[in-house]
Amino acid sequence: MENGDNLNQDFQSSLEGAGITIQLEAFQGPLDLLLHLIKREEIDIWNIPIAHITEQYLEYLRVMKDLNINVAGEWLMMAATLIHIKSRMLVPQEPGEDAQAEEEEDPRKELVYQLLEHQKFKNAAEMLYTREEVENAVWNKPPSDVLEDGSEVVAVTLFDLLRAFNEVVKRFEAQQLMEVEPEEVTVEQKIEDIRRRFLVHDQLLFSSLFREARSKRHVIVIFLALLELVRLREIWLYQKKAFDEIHINKLKESS
Amino acid sequence: MQAILEAIIYVAEDPVKMEQLKEVFPEESAPDIENALRSLVESFNARPGGMLIREVAGGYRMTTRPEHHEQIRAYLKTRPGAKLSMAALETLAVIAYKQPVTLAEILAIRGKKSSTALQTLLERKMVAIVGRKPVVGRPILYGTSKEFLIHFGLNSLADLPTLEEFAQIAGEQL
Repeated sequence: MENGDNLNQDFQSSLEGAGITIQLEAFQGPLDLLLHLIKREEIDIWNIPIAHITEQYLEYLRVMKDLNINVAGEWLMMAATLIHIKSRMLVPQEPGEDAQAEEEEDPRKELVYQLLEHQKFKNAAEMLYTREEVENAVWNKPPSDVLEDGSEVVAVTLFDLLRAFNEVVKRFEAQQLMEVEPEEVTVEQKIEDIRRRFLVHDQLLFSSLFREARSKRHVIVIFLALLELVRLREIWLYQKKAFDEIHINKLKESS
Repeated sequence: MQAILEAIIYVAEDPVKMEQLKEVFPEESAPDIENALRSLVESFNARPGGMLIREVAGGYRMTTRPEHHEQIRAYLKTRPGAKLSMAALETLAVIAYKQPVTLAEILAIRGKKSSTALQTLLERKMVAIVGRKPVVGRPILYGTSKEFLIHFGLNSLADLPTLEEFAQIAGEQL
């Protein structure tokens, strides 16, 4: 198992959760493993000792299984390919064939090209990695919403909205108006009510909408109506600066 | 004009393109705008300031200089953003150089399934569906997006080193 421990380290495997799943970090696929073996053993890619490499490859596969790593189909496919190449290498060459034909028929050729192709894209990925590093170190001006009059505004987050709502509720509770509404207003009615207001106004204050509220339920109905209108993209909410009063603006009908 | 160009590049959200500048200066000829732009970039980047004008995704964009990233990050109190995994970068490299490309073609080059990496790239808008290959099954073709160029600070795909360069390095490595 000494050998296995070694390989284990090589894998840089890490136990995840209950120790059932192991994530392979070092090797992403069979081609990566082969490239790793070739580099480690300083093997000439144009003359891969296929029997030796196959043996090493299968050894890794065994360790992966021991470690409970889910060996995907492509790993077994590569094992089959290696064994196939190995067996073809063992077939004695027919006498009389010229050197040219021998070269053409090297059973390793396709695998070698595949490995070189893979290494090529690994290098390209390294280049992207470096570029990403550089790009992560620069900033450009973050986009800011600009009002038509040119003043910059801050988008209202859900937290701002909840805070504002909470303030309204608190203010309402402090007033202790226990008047019972003759008719219960519905969210639909409130939406229509706000739409009517925007026929006359382009802008309203969040707090002004709640002034007429006569019950806690009414406050909630107004709040829900606002949320619905935001969802329908009929209005939008903004602040002149963070934690400032919330303004409500009508959004132009998108044609 | 240079001062105006500088101001426009400053307020722009996306890299500013020549076509947009032509609209701003209808009286000026395209070569004149280009010349003004070129000397602006040259003089702006030559001064020892904190900003740079860079050519990104076919346009001009003002950014901070990379060498100041530590102090900027300290001020903004941010950590570096989530980087793409090596698997995602490899998949992206294949797409960038082989586009338009199908998932099966990516598999052939990477020698392993790449659907998870591809999903990540689609979610992060680095990659987009560009069509379907006119073969049996009409598999989806993928290509890189403008976001890809911006993310990696590229002006165009032509900015990427050629694959031959990587092949040469690969030959030396193996």
